[in-house]
Amino acid sequence: MRIKDHPILSFPERKPIRFRFEGKEVEGREGDTIASALHALGITTLSYSIKLGRPRGFYCAIGNCSSCNMLVSGKPNVRTCITPLVEGQDVRRQTDKGVLT
Amino acid sequence: MIEKDVIIIGGGPAGLCVAKTALEAGLDVLLIDRAPALGGQLIKQTHKFFGSKSQYAKTRGIDIANILIDDLRRHAKLEILLATTAVGLYPGHVVSTYDEHVYRRYQGKAIVVATGASEKFLTFENNDLPGVYGAGAIQTLMNVYGIMPAQEVVMVGSGNIGLIVSYQLIQAGVKVKALVEAASSIGGYKVHASKIKRLGVDILTRTTVKKAIGKDHVEAVEIVGLDDTWNPIAGTEAIISTDAICISVGLSPMHQLLSMLGVDTKYVPELGGHVPVLDDTNQTSIEGVYACGDAAGIEEASSAMMEGYLTGLCIARQLHHPHPDDQALVKHYHDQLGLLREGPFGEKTVIGRHKLKEGAWYA
Repeated sequence: MRIKDHPILSFPERKPIRFRFEGKEVEGREGDTIASALHALGITTLSYSIKLGRPRGFYCAIGNCSSCNMLVSGKPNVRTCITPLVEGQDVRRQTDKGVLT
Repeated sequence: MIEKDVIIIGGGPAGLCVAKTALEAGLDVLLIDRAPALGGQLIKQTHKFFGSKSQYAKTRGIDIANILIDDLRRHAKLEILLATTAVGLYPGHVVSTYDEHVYRRYQGKAIVVATGASEKFLTFENNDLPGVYGAGAIQTLMNVYGIMPAQEVVMVGSGNIGLIVSYQLIQAGVKVKALVEAASSIGGYKVHASKIKRLGVDILTRTTVKKAIGKDHVEAVEIVGLDDTWNPIAGTEAIISTDAICISVGLSPMHQLLSMLGVDTKYVPELGGHVPVLDDTNQTSIEGVYACGDAAGIEEASSAMMEGYLTGLCIARQLHHPHPDDQALVKHYHDQLGLLREGPFGEKTVIGRHKLKEGAWYA
């Protein structure tokens, strides 16, 4: 959910950015990272742990913890918390270490 | 290989200030940050700073970031690389960078590691569930992207960050269900604690998290009371329903690039963990490699800025290109640091920095 009223900050309406999540067409806003856009949509599971398949979310937001690594337009291990959202990106949850292509 | 006078890794308060004094001295500077914007953690700090005027007191962190960034704009000898990670630091002052498309190598006459800190984590059952956040991540979601991290939060840790972020959560419309603190007293400033107490937040001391409860996301947290020896007291468990747990249990300096290069480090608890051994000019054990800000020991953004300015001045001296106001400025920033560290909260840093300079490797 996006914050509407805030005593200090203002968040003006920004341009919609369309992208795909798990094959479904969804919408974020200009200025979002991939992870922040997903969060605004209520999507908090970003990947699954490699061995036990446990759901993983967003922990550090500074590109440090690798909890938010996802498959973005075919590229694995993208740190979605610091990667800007771009129109048309294909974003998927990652379940493995990622494969070099 | 591209050559520069000064390469600064990290565009937060420390790195921006190194850039300013180094540029004013006439050096050419490369500033690298892995985030899409400069400012480091300042860009999520909506609270006003303490201290004196030259330490940007009464100014909000976000506004300080803009002041520091504006200060640099007029310099033609500055190159900024954003969304670029410094992935390696090698002998001969070589930095390799990666920007999701291409690797590059740079060589500097001086290298400054101003990489800041990462959040410490806490061990409890299910601590990997979505809905368990670092305090910095919660600030980023709310204050940078304007997104509610959750409807309700249980905060863990009563240092200044835990207290300030609790207040910011309330400002964003999130209910702070409780703040738990394992120690017997509140860690941060009283003024911050009183503010959230007045808004009805219970601060539970001698209490910690036993486990997070939930299937795909946090639904509740089980807390437990602690005795004098920090062991859980059976029978004091309680369950609080919440959709997020915010971990704010301190920071660790990001020394990894320095360790890769093999500079001397020490484990100094007062400075947050493994930190580089520095001389009076913030130079590490390897000539021409410097560190400042939280990467050199956890402190406040105010002191990171002062250390940054000083480091830039010291590098300019070392490269025989002293700043036109060298002596006055060096004295000014030393005085500012003295003031920042003279209070009870500065004591830890003073002890830590003393330990860093003397004694055994484990301090």
